[in-house]
Amino acid sequence: MIKFTDQHEWVRVEGEEAVVGITPYAAEQLGDVVFVELPEAGRKVDQFKEAAVVESVKAASEIYAPVGGEVVAVNAALAETPGLVNEDALGKGWFLKLRIRDKGELDKLMSAEEYETYVKGL
Amino acid sequence: MTTSSSTHGEALARTALHGLHAARGARLVPFAGYEMPVQYEGILAEHLHVRAAAGLFDVSHMGQASLFGPGDETVARALEALMPGDFLGLKPGFIRYSMLLSDAGGIYDDLMVTRGRGEPGEGRYLLVVNAARKSFDLAHIEAALPKGVTLVREEERALIALQGPKAAAVMEAGGFAAAPMVFMTARRGSVHGVPVSVSRSGYTGEDGFEISVPVGEATRLAEALLAHPDVKPIGLGARDSLRLEAGLCLYGSDIDETTSPVEAGLTFALSKRRREAGDFPGAARILKELEEGPARLRVGILPDGPAPARAHTEIRGEDGAPLGEVTSGGYAPSLSRPIAMGYVARGAAADGTPLALMVRDRARAAHVAPMPFVPHRYRR
Repeated sequence: MIKFTDQHEWVRVEGEEAVVGITPYAAEQLGDVVFVELPEAGRKVDQFKEAAVVESVKAASEIYAPVGGEVVAVNAALAETPGLVNEDALGKGWFLKLRIRDKGELDKLMSAEEYETYVKGL
Repeated sequence: MTTSSSTHGEALARTALHGLHAARGARLVPFAGYEMPVQYEGILAEHLHVRAAAGLFDVSHMGQASLFGPGDETVARALEALMPGDFLGLKPGFIRYSMLLSDAGGIYDDLMVTRGRGEPGEGRYLLVVNAARKSFDLAHIEAALPKGVTLVREEERALIALQGPKAAAVMEAGGFAAAPMVFMTARRGSVHGVPVSVSRSGYTGEDGFEISVPVGEATRLAEALLAHPDVKPIGLGARDSLRLEAGLCLYGSDIDETTSPVEAGLTFALSKRRREAGDFPGAARILKELEEGPARLRVGILPDGPAPARAHTEIRGEDGAPLGEVTSGGYAPSLSRPIAMGYVARGAAADGTPLALMVRDRARAAHVAPMPFVPHRYRR
């Protein structure tokens, strides 16, 4: 199951864990990503609160956690190749993996169809 | 995801090349009251293209003006009353970088002044000023002009910059004799059959040209230049990263009414004759700073890690003592690393001085580094 926020983050639920990244729309809006600051494993983040920072040539942008939980892994490949966010936002450009605190929080997010409609309206 | 940006409700002006930008898929943003292209294919690719080949920039938002008067000397003296440059000694067809100074020794704007060659209809001196400052600057200059000297706003002219190691070959291909020109000179001519005034200058650190063209011919000229296989259109995003790598100041960020030319490291623009005479605005502060050293200095900064430090990032010493602030900072595409410039207390301005940059409330190691970050490649 994949869900989306209105701030253009995605979350893919894998059992008790959730993989988080930003959408191709967000990556396109940012332009070339040159640095991603990821949290340390073990850090607890709350839903819709800052979890990472992505820097393009032009500006820094905050990335919010689509669900709350504890960070169990981050995408180490982004340190060497931040451009993966532009090349493959939904795949190799993932940011971090969380152990989900409350699956009920997922109900506040958009489905893929809802997100697609939302982006078309922007 | 949230990116901080500012918007305002005023109607935006458009340059003569607005249609070209839109047709070529530019992302348009508000800048200094104009709707301008921030990027086309992407800032990284555009930046690297300028360093490798040639890029075309629309800089028509900048202010162009001509000064007419009874004699070159009269006009030069009027300019010298406002700026610290040697305009009496500027030869016809040569360009000088200068600054409009306040009585307190701050910088109202930085600008390019060209002495005309006395051709029919040409002003004795030609000015190019920053977009965000043009109404202030031109009113400020006008108010100081002696009787008989007039300032004409060149609102019917666009300005196109062509920058990069292939720029001269592109001009030659358009029928313009670029070869005899050196950096900081200007002449009239035609490119692709369009009558233009050309300066060999720019804001990227590369060889290049700024081409003043009647608005009615601007799109035809830009399209003809872009038809050359080495030329791509470049947005303001890459213009900013290119000038930062070249160590060049952005007015409003790196210099303003609170910074003096000495603090900003722009003493090359203070002519020897003018220093000796002390006859420019703000001379009291500026000469004192030249003598005793300023309290703070603009320096280049290399963050040791991968995190860019943006404008307004606090600069501290290794011991945590406050030293100053970053005024421009970002990622350098040519160097694949972050770079910055900012002001630090004079004692911390030596190359190699370790600094701490407070990015997102965490101290990040950095050090003072010489500028330019990427060597200039002007044609001397």
